[in-house]
Amino acid sequence: MRVTFTVNGREQQADDVWEGESLLYVLRERMGLPGSKNACEQGECGSCTVRLDGVPVCACLVAAGQAEGREVVTVEGLGQEGLSAVQQAFVDAGAVQCGFCTPGLLVAADDLLERFPWPTAPSDDDIREGLSGNLCRCTGYEKILDAVRLAAARRGEGA
Amino acid sequence: MSEVARLPTGRGQAAGTAGGIGESTLRPDGTLKVTGEFAYSSDLWHEDMIWGHTLRSPHAHAEIVSLDTAAALAQPGVYAVLTYDDLPAEQKNYGLEIADTPALAAGRVRHHGEPVALVAADHPETARRAAAKIRVRWRELPPVTDEESALAPGAPVLHPDRTDGHARHVPHPNIVHRQPVVRGDAAAAARRAAHVVTGEYEFGMQDQAFLGPESGLAVPAEDGGVDLYVATQWLHADRRQIAPVLGLPEDKVRMTLAGVGGAFGGREDLSMQIHACLLALRTGRPVKMVYDRFESFFGHVHRHPARIRYEHGVTADGKITHARCRIVLDGGAYASSTPAVVGNAASLSIGPYVVEDVEIEAVGLYTNNPPCGAMRGFGAVQACFAYEAQMDRLAAAVGLDPVEFRQLNAMSEGSRLPTGQQVDSPAPVAEILRRVKARPLPPERQWETAGGAADIRALPGGLSNTTHGEGVVRGVGYAVGIKNVGFSEGFDDFSTARVRLAVSGGEPVVTVHTAAAEVGQGGVTVQAQIARTELGVAQVVVAPADTRVGSAGSTSASRQTYMTGGAVRNACRAVREQVLALGRRRFGTYHPAWATAELLLAGGKVVTDGGEVLADLADVLDGEQPVDVELPFRHRPTEPFGIESGQGFGHVQYSFAAHRAVVEVDTELGLVKVVELACAQDVGRALNPLSVVGQIQGGTTQGLGVAVMEEIAVDPATGRVRNPSFTDYLIPTILDTPPIPVDVLELADPHAPYGLRGVGEASTLSATPAVLAAIRQATGLALTKAPVRPEHLTGT
Repeated sequence: MRVTFTVNGREQQADDVWEGESLLYVLRERMGLPGSKNACEQGECGSCTVRLDGVPVCACLVAAGQAEGREVVTVEGLGQEGLSAVQQAFVDAGAVQCGFCTPGLLVAADDLLERFPWPTAPSDDDIREGLSGNLCRCTGYEKILDAVRLAAARRGEGA
Repeated sequence: MSEVARLPTGRGQAAGTAGGIGESTLRPDGTLKVTGEFAYSSDLWHEDMIWGHTLRSPHAHAEIVSLDTAAALAQPGVYAVLTYDDLPAEQKNYGLEIADTPALAAGRVRHHGEPVALVAADHPETARRAAAKIRVRWRELPPVTDEESALAPGAPVLHPDRTDGHARHVPHPNIVHRQPVVRGDAAAAARRAAHVVTGEYEFGMQDQAFLGPESGLAVPAEDGGVDLYVATQWLHADRRQIAPVLGLPEDKVRMTLAGVGGAFGGREDLSMQIHACLLALRTGRPVKMVYDRFESFFGHVHRHPARIRYEHGVTADGKITHARCRIVLDGGAYASSTPAVVGNAASLSIGPYVVEDVEIEAVGLYTNNPPCGAMRGFGAVQACFAYEAQMDRLAAAVGLDPVEFRQLNAMSEGSRLPTGQQVDSPAPVAEILRRVKARPLPPERQWETAGGAADIRALPGGLSNTTHGEGVVRGVGYAVGIKNVGFSEGFDDFSTARVRLAVSGGEPVVTVHTAAAEVGQGGVTVQAQIARTELGVAQVVVAPADTRVGSAGSTSASRQTYMTGGAVRNACRAVREQVLALGRRRFGTYHPAWATAELLLAGGKVVTDGGEVLADLADVLDGEQPVDVELPFRHRPTEPFGIESGQGFGHVQYSFAAHRAVVEVDTELGLVKVVELACAQDVGRALNPLSVVGQIQGGTTQGLGVAVMEEIAVDPATGRVRNPSFTDYLIPTILDTPPIPVDVLELADPHAPYGLRGVGEASTLSATPAVLAAIRQATGLALTKAPVRPEHLTGT
């Protein structure tokens, strides 16, 4: 089958898609967007988190056909010019080690910060709750918390 | 030769360039990792690429009566189906230490999930469906699943024709390796004991659970060889095992490290490497293989589960008299690194304590359970869990505080290990315990003090809303551990670095090329820092790791900063000497300091240690070939442990960490919330403090995982894995993980480059027993098994 949807603001199309293919597979293997990661492919790890019409979802649990005509934002779409604030904060805070969980965490953190618009900011418990669907095996999460706090704080700097 | 005209100022090379060692410089791959552009081994793509898939055994122990691949081959889109009969070379087996693992099952499978056949097809789903059409007739065999069944009279022998180096000294062919350590006279010392404490402990099978699944791309080459892009921990060890099974000389197996999504020991053994190469060479097409999480649980070895028995004696004033210890490690169906794990378990089984009189025995078994091998902490983890439980019981027996008791018996520089080896660098065991104890405790019982508005997210059960504080008790526990750094027991452990200094666009540029696997730990960051420090050049490029340069050894045993860092340092120093020689030859006549002063490289220039600039590196190298040096680096030699005595200078270096755990336990439901897990660790020298803390926190969290949730459940009757998924094998989420304050000590090891101490593993050891101790203190339960399950706490 053919699927057509918007990815990071651009309409994309894939042909000869098998009906069982996930949105994750189509993004990674057919659209040249391997940024969303394939750590478990069973909706447990969050490494494939993308926004589907604005809502964070595990792309591995969405059939590609379900995305037809909809808007998808992946990690590749977070920083349109240079790094986004959240991306930069992950680098600066040491929140990236192997980095395999990072794309999903970035999309989830981006969504979290949207829900706490400046001048509000998520508490540590809010950050933990907001990122509880994203497994990281390297960092022990401390630097990820640092990164989200940093990104939240930096929103005020330019204002 | 003229006299040195002036005294050196003492300002050394290390004082120089920004971005050098000691700074928290940022990862060079960080930007690519946050934009999604970093190419992990599962992200690779090649024109005409097809997909490989593995058919695995559903049984833990069975004979293959017949194997029919016709229906699979007939499936449209299938390019090849391979079985044992298709293996091209005389050599069919591989293995890290012992080549006992068939590349594809040879008529018999020895564990659940063993590879039986391979399929290559135009789509991963086509390959999966074709594999399902391979008809295998099995004859199930009785499995051996523990020490009793493995050593019972008439037990099936898993590897009957062993020729490995351990076969001669093991008491039974189902024992991979046995290492006693005997020192002093335990029986005599036991008579001095006022109290004797014995205990039996059990440690579950832990999974590395790296997030990037086993994956890679094999591309057949015109010369009959193959180019393999893969995530691994040691390129050259992979190649040594791969090439003979392919029937190729090593130089025709060219390996490049693809992006590695974590490792933790689980990528020391081969997974899909040989399989992808076999399919690529057979089909003439590039072949990509990517495991899903289910397959990943079968695709790599795990941490050895263990049964451990200890006896300690203690005098009335709290000095340990003796220890007897027996550690049984289940190595599963194939040897992997079991012999080295046994050696570690035996030699480190007493922990960081002074005990002169010991009788220790560690054994590693062959069973039909999943193969076990390397995981962070490597043989030192299981023992630490058990001896730290013993320490708390001994302290209680003599009425001492658990930390004071440990400090009273702690080893220090100059102490002897049970192997007779003297600890010849700082061993601040008492000090790291003092530091974690001195740290203020987190606020008590927040659900009572928060004015009735307790945040349930901070309570056991969390968002499940299982308690608002009723039935919740708090406990505090301590633990400390000792881990060896680098490869031990006489292994010729080395790393190689190639360093090139060239001028590009008028600027000096250093290229560092090693085969060291960057698995997330930040080796690439540290290599660049070392080059900046040693060569005073801002612009450093770390080239991709591949087999065009000499071996770097494994990214394991906390060794890469020590070993590849040492290799980079030495190669840089050789480059520096060559550059200075070149400078003296070209410019020496213009300034006497070329001959008389201590010369440094700083800011891209040759300077005297007094700060006078003699020349730009760009001018020194102008019109010259780049300076290019490749050098190996070795740590000081070690020796094997005596086969019966366990005595010997077996280890290179030690790493020490201590934890204090604060937990809250819902005693009604058996749920545990770890409130805080504070750590103190000596790292010798923190080359990158940000990365050092990241390593300690990450290791701590893996220790927390096996304390309260992580275990591969293997059915004891069938040997089958029951929970190969992240739904059923739980690893800590951000909600399960508490704040982890870290205290980093820097007491230099004079034997190591820059005085550094390998940092990756020590924190994994002590986190687990600290959490267990805290739960015991909270509940009063004995708790001899890790992980602790709710039913252990509720007695249901």
